[in-house]
Amino acid sequence: MQVFFSIAVDALAYGMVLFVISIGLSVTMGLMRVVNLAHGAFAMIGGYIASYAARDLGLAYGFAVILAVVGTIIIAIPLERFLYRRIYGAPELTQVLMTIGITFCVIGIANYVFGPTLKTIPLPAELQGPVNLGFRSIAAHKIFAIGCGIAVALGLWYLIERTSFGVKLRASVDNTAMAAALGVRTKIVYAASFALAVGLAAFGGVIGAELLPVEPYYALRYMVTFLVVVSVGGAGSIPGALIACLLLGAIDTTGRYLVPEYGEFFFYLAVIAIVWIFPRGLLGRAK
Amino acid sequence: MSAIFQVDRLKKSFGGLDVTRDVSLSMEKGDRIALIGPNGAGKTTFVNLVTGHLRPNSGRVLMGGEDISRFNPMKRVRAGLVRSFQVTRVFAEMTPEEHVALAILQREGKSGRMAGSYHALPEVMRETRAILETLNLVALAGIPVSEIAYGQQRLLEIALAMALRPKVLLLDEPAAGVPHSDTYLIENALKQLPDDLAVLMIEHDMDLVFRFAKRVIVLAAGEIIFDGSPRDVTQDARVREAYLGSYAHASSAA
Amino acid sequence: MSVTEVSNDITDAFPLRRGWQRDLIGVGIIIIAAIAGYFLFPNNLALLTRIIAILLLVLSLDLVTGYCGVATLGHAALFGAGAYAAGIAAVTFGMTEPLSMVAIGALAGAVAGLVSGVVILRGHGLAQLVLSIAVIHLFHEAANKASAYTGGSDGLSGIAPDPILGLFAFDLWGRTAYVFGILLLVIIFAVLRILVRSPFGMLCRGIRQDPVRVSAMGASVKASLIKMYVISGAVAGVGGAFNAVSTQVVGLDSLSFTNSAEALVMLVLGGTGSLYGAFVGTIVFVWFEDIVSAANPFHWLTIVGALLIAVVLFAPKGLYGTAVTLVERYGRGRK
Repeated sequence: MQVFFSIAVDALAYGMVLFVISIGLSVTMGLMRVVNLAHGAFAMIGGYIASYAARDLGLAYGFAVILAVVGTIIIAIPLERFLYRRIYGAPELTQVLMTIGITFCVIGIANYVFGPTLKTIPLPAELQGPVNLGFRSIAAHKIFAIGCGIAVALGLWYLIERTSFGVKLRASVDNTAMAAALGVRTKIVYAASFALAVGLAAFGGVIGAELLPVEPYYALRYMVTFLVVVSVGGAGSIPGALIACLLLGAIDTTGRYLVPEYGEFFFYLAVIAIVWIFPRGLLGRAK
Repeated sequence: MSAIFQVDRLKKSFGGLDVTRDVSLSMEKGDRIALIGPNGAGKTTFVNLVTGHLRPNSGRVLMGGEDISRFNPMKRVRAGLVRSFQVTRVFAEMTPEEHVALAILQREGKSGRMAGSYHALPEVMRETRAILETLNLVALAGIPVSEIAYGQQRLLEIALAMALRPKVLLLDEPAAGVPHSDTYLIENALKQLPDDLAVLMIEHDMDLVFRFAKRVIVLAAGEIIFDGSPRDVTQDARVREAYLGSYAHASSAA
Repeated sequence: MSVTEVSNDITDAFPLRRGWQRDLIGVGIIIIAAIAGYFLFPNNLALLTRIIAILLLVLSLDLVTGYCGVATLGHAALFGAGAYAAGIAAVTFGMTEPLSMVAIGALAGAVAGLVSGVVILRGHGLAQLVLSIAVIHLFHEAANKASAYTGGSDGLSGIAPDPILGLFAFDLWGRTAYVFGILLLVIIFAVLRILVRSPFGMLCRGIRQDPVRVSAMGASVKASLIKMYVISGAVAGVGGAFNAVSTQVVGLDSLSFTNSAEALVMLVLGGTGSLYGAFVGTIVFVWFEDIVSAANPFHWLTIVGALLIAVVLFAPKGLYGTAVTLVERYGRGRK
């Protein structure tokens, strides 16, 4: 029971972090149809910025988070303008190559600037230590991560279902040409969604730093994890991504607890099994 | 029974919408049939059901008496049921000669050969030449398809169908996308199809339909409403209703 | 008539009629370059030998990516399988005869090709990519955990191949390994050129351009792709086994994602779908890597990334493909 409870909490926290990071990837893939392998690199950049701000500059955690999100978006803007725009609608291989190139560059630069060691983001006192729930105690940062995941899911739901930006976004996802013909400025929708996606990735990179430690090879290590969320959940689907993240979180955490030696092995085996069973995604929407 | 191809009470619905209702037809060797119908009548669905790209809710498809309902699209082709595409599907970087040779090699079960070249197989070369000559494509034989005109790509679609030597050929709007002035090229090509081949052509160009078909089948709202000679089709009350009705709608929408 | 004849020879990017003549010239160039390399860089034979092993991997990748259009980031699994199979055969089972080691590598590569082909071809688009990445990680983890056989993260060492045919011992300068590698390369290249010009090669090119049309011809797309995957696996497996024989160690990095991605970079740098591009890309890339990583190992990954972006933006057909296009345009300009 004790073990089960720990696994459940860890799985939930891990799944929510995955969700915050990958949901942006899902939205941009649904919208721009770009296989963006560099998405994890943006989460990593966020982690580095927050670590630098909080640890080296001594800023408050909240400031560090905001700085990470804004900073990552600022770094991503020229990349979108000069590199990504050229591969919208390009063949898959081209997109793969371009975004792997970006990933490699980011890894190389991070390695050069920050060195190969793990970077921690010091947590504020409120998020340190356990929180007593009466019958069990849970690490506060895990509750925080779970809360952030729920907040992001609700916020995105509101944004997409209830705002005029959401209407434009959904129209552009369904049929870009038609949306453009109806007067939606799709380029702006693209740019805004891209910024949103990158910002969420950076946010997820920071709040998840305890679970997915920040180091130069972060972008490669979790690449398949983020991609499989979209592949299984279906591009552009929030509920799909949520289910996929919780599923992957459960599999990964269970594997680590029960067979720590073979954790990664079983994780990849599970990834293959899931994609094998649902080659079109859980909700059958992914092409 | 001399029917080479039979469709038996084919039904298909998407959700609650019946798009194919109890469609039955049979074809004999040498038949030239046109399948027409207003937009949304279910012609494309019918082709996809027959070729195995969609699974029907019920009904059977038979070739020469053999039930091929459970065959996948590939096996149906091997059984002699070949289709052409409404929008040309060709290999952009390959030449017409390669296209036709590949189809012949596939038909002969030689497309898996891992050595040699079709140039070294005189009978393949001879047949390739003959087909390209029949369709007046010899001058273009060595040019990548992406560089030849669309009308000629349509001819290549027909050339591929001929090279597969089908027993039954489904032509999905062979003249679609071809300028009206060039339709005669397609028509001439259709005249070159072997006499004993059973051909079912879906087409919108009525001039072409009347010159080509010995028999016309009209599909409307998923149902066959007419099956008879081209002379009678324009006189049929249900056909007039289906068409004029839909035209009335079409003109108000446009 | 004669004018068009001549221009045809120049303009056809992948001519069929005179293809075998061009391939003879290609083989000739490889042999001349190999001899030149031997005498020009006698102290660098190890690097040249490494190029040969990687080239076999890139050639094998060209078969599935360039000819069949399957984008995969897990191709090193086939190479690594060959390398480990040959290494384990030598270390654990005492099969140190180099030709049989290469044969074992080819067999293991073919099996790995079959397995990863079946898995990867299950999906399309993004799912396919995810499967290919998962496959390479899975192979990597498997090799990491089976340390009793593979040496785990320390690598598999102690591979001591016998003299080839009992006559040519592997020397300290790597001369035997180099000549052995060149012979393997020439034979495999010739076989692959025959393969890609064969009806089966034509069918695979067709699948890359329009799989729906191929199945409408009555051919099985999936069976053909899996067949190609097995062949590709055998080629990559020979490359891996040769690497094990020539370096006498097998490292976990041979089964890494980075290795897979770099193979793809090399292929695209040279140009896909011709086999010649694989040569250009691999030689340029490895040579470049050797220079840069000697000068500043930190920046290597950054430079690979930048190179990749540059190729996508400025030479999407790769170095060889772009050169062919230029020659073609020049040929047409003259006509």
